Amino acid sequence: MDSIGVLMACPMSSYLEQELEKRFHLFKFWQVTQKPQFLKEHSGSIRAVVGNAMAGADAELIEALPKLEIVASYSVGLDKVDLGKCREKGIRVTNTPDVLTEDVADLAIGLCLAVLRRICASDKYVRSGKWKKGDFKLTTKFTGKTVGIIGLGRIGTAVAKRAEAFDCPISYYSRTMKPDCKYKYYPSVVELASNCHILIVACPLTLETHHIINREVIDALGPKGVLINIGRGPHVDEPELVSALVEGRLGGAGLDVFEQEPEVPEELFGLENVVLLPHVGSGTVETRNAMADLVIGNLEAHFMNKPLLTPVV
Amino acid sequence: MDTNPPQNDAVLPKVLLLRPSALTLLPLAARLRAHFHLLDPLDSSEPAQSFLSLRCRSVRALLCLFTPFVPVNAGTLDLLPSLELIVVSSAGLEHVDLPYCRRRGIAVANASAAFCEDGADYAVAMLIDVMRRVSHGDRFVRAGSWPVQREFPLGFKLGGKRVGIVGLGSIGSKTAKRLVSFGCSIAYNSRKEKPHVPYPYYANVRDLAANSDILVLCCALTEGTRHIVGKDVMSALGKGGVIINVGRGALVDEKELVRRLVRGEIGGAGLDVFEKEPKVPDELLALDNVVLSPHRAVMTPESLEAVQELIIGNLRAFFSNEPLRSLVQHE
Repeated sequence: MDSIGVLMACPMSSYLEQELEKRFHLFKFWQVTQKPQFLKEHSGSIRAVVGNAMAGADAELIEALPKLEIVASYSVGLDKVDLGKCREKGIRVTNTPDVLTEDVADLAIGLCLAVLRRICASDKYVRSGKWKKGDFKLTTKFTGKTVGIIGLGRIGTAVAKRAEAFDCPISYYSRTMKPDCKYKYYPSVVELASNCHILIVACPLTLETHHIINREVIDALGPKGVLINIGRGPHVDEPELVSALVEGRLGGAGLDVFEQEPEVPEELFGLENVVLLPHVGSGTVETRNAMADLVIGNLEAHFMNKPLLTPVV
Repeated sequence: MDTNPPQNDAVLPKVLLLRPSALTLLPLAARLRAHFHLLDPLDSSEPAQSFLSLRCRSVRALLCLFTPFVPVNAGTLDLLPSLELIVVSSAGLEHVDLPYCRRRGIAVANASAAFCEDGADYAVAMLIDVMRRVSHGDRFVRAGSWPVQREFPLGFKLGGKRVGIVGLGSIGSKTAKRLVSFGCSIAYNSRKEKPHVPYPYYANVRDLAANSDILVLCCALTEGTRHIVGKDVMSALGKGGVIINVGRGALVDEKELVRRLVRGEIGGAGLDVFEKEPKVPDELLALDNVVLSPHRAVMTPESLEAVQELIIGNLRAFFSNEPLRSLVQHE
């Protein structure tokens, strides 16, 4: 199989690179200086693309790879893959669901706690020597606070289960109400935001959910409300979010994702009511290995004409 | 118990208040004075010994806030012949002579029920932070390092990790309940095994550590628990082990912990308390695998309000001959 060309869209995992190199002819797209020329030269042999949350396979790339058969994403989100184009051309698409559900949900709660209890700000207070001069302030209790979840899929459900252990009343917004669901449903994000203390984004990024957190939602959440984003940066109108935080119209935010990663609005750096993370939702040794194994497993299955492990298209 | 004096506006029950001299407590004092006749030696020009022995002979209840300016020991308590109840504002009772109280039949009520949720939340918060590098990641982003360095070190998954809880009191048991929802498995050590608890018990902390990936310290500081986490326990916990301390600094041999953290012989730590607060060992300030906190695990307005309500509730119950809301059972 080592004559099969696999194009890796960006750096994501050295373990995955190693495993791909053992089995295929791996091209590292980020090391290519003249991309159009490279594509002309190698498009005949590239039959697979491996992408992630940062870079995948858009229409332009798909058109440039006439031998492309499969896009295997090292992520569960597929907003960087032109799914319509893939369907049109009969290109298979796989992702990494389930293996990262728990890590992302864990981090969502970790961000709730870090924001409300000012964990990062407290750590900074100690490291800067300020504790010697006086006590740190009081912070806000997390247990029992109302939690609103946008998207009650695998990740949203896992977040709810954890928040329940903290006696948080749970409510949600979803495209459709889920039958047999014990949580309270709101038919719009604004209503959800008006009725919860902490709003957590856990839905896929699609055309419909782009900027699902806008000025209206932020106003509804209010000066005591907290936004947690473990979805995708473009779920949030970032300039609106930044001005709301800077002006005190929103109580706080825990953000693992941003519109232009790895760029993060610098106005946020001076705020102690925000926690900023470099997209680490699935960033554990255990999960990244499991994700890499899924990518490899899907590619091997495809090229051996076996059923794909986690196909989306 | 003797019958109470008649309850009318002129004769509020007497409560002796012992507090640190630096503590101002105007809101609480006002609330207390609505129900009780407060005797506060720090409000008097008399020396404390004389105030206690001359003015408190008939006092049946003592309210102890934080660590008072006089110790709650035999010397002080011997001056209070009518004392039947001590109410404290903390979970820990290391500053109260409990064997003395038991001998004299003095009931003790603590306040852990008021802030155990906050305590548990904080323990979980620090645990997630250490395992998933939350504070480290936040520093990384704020320093502008993400566009430059791109890669940030991976953390460790919580699910499947074995958490050993030292002290399964109200904070420890609420911590356990929360961690179960993250897929952690729980075991514990306590002075005695607790009936009806769904978690395995280990009779000593060393054995608990040998079977845990993460230790969470939620127990009181007593003579028996000083440095309960020392060399043996840290070796048993092992190289990747994590220690979370929301109890008291002196539960841990701090010098030894610092040595192991610096040498990479232990995985990481989340510390809300230290042996010589507010002094924190300098070596820790340079480490990314520790999360440091200025003793704030239960400091929320919600808990402070709940503590005040619990204190007043206990005192009112006592003077009405009703069961105390948070009587400490001697084990």
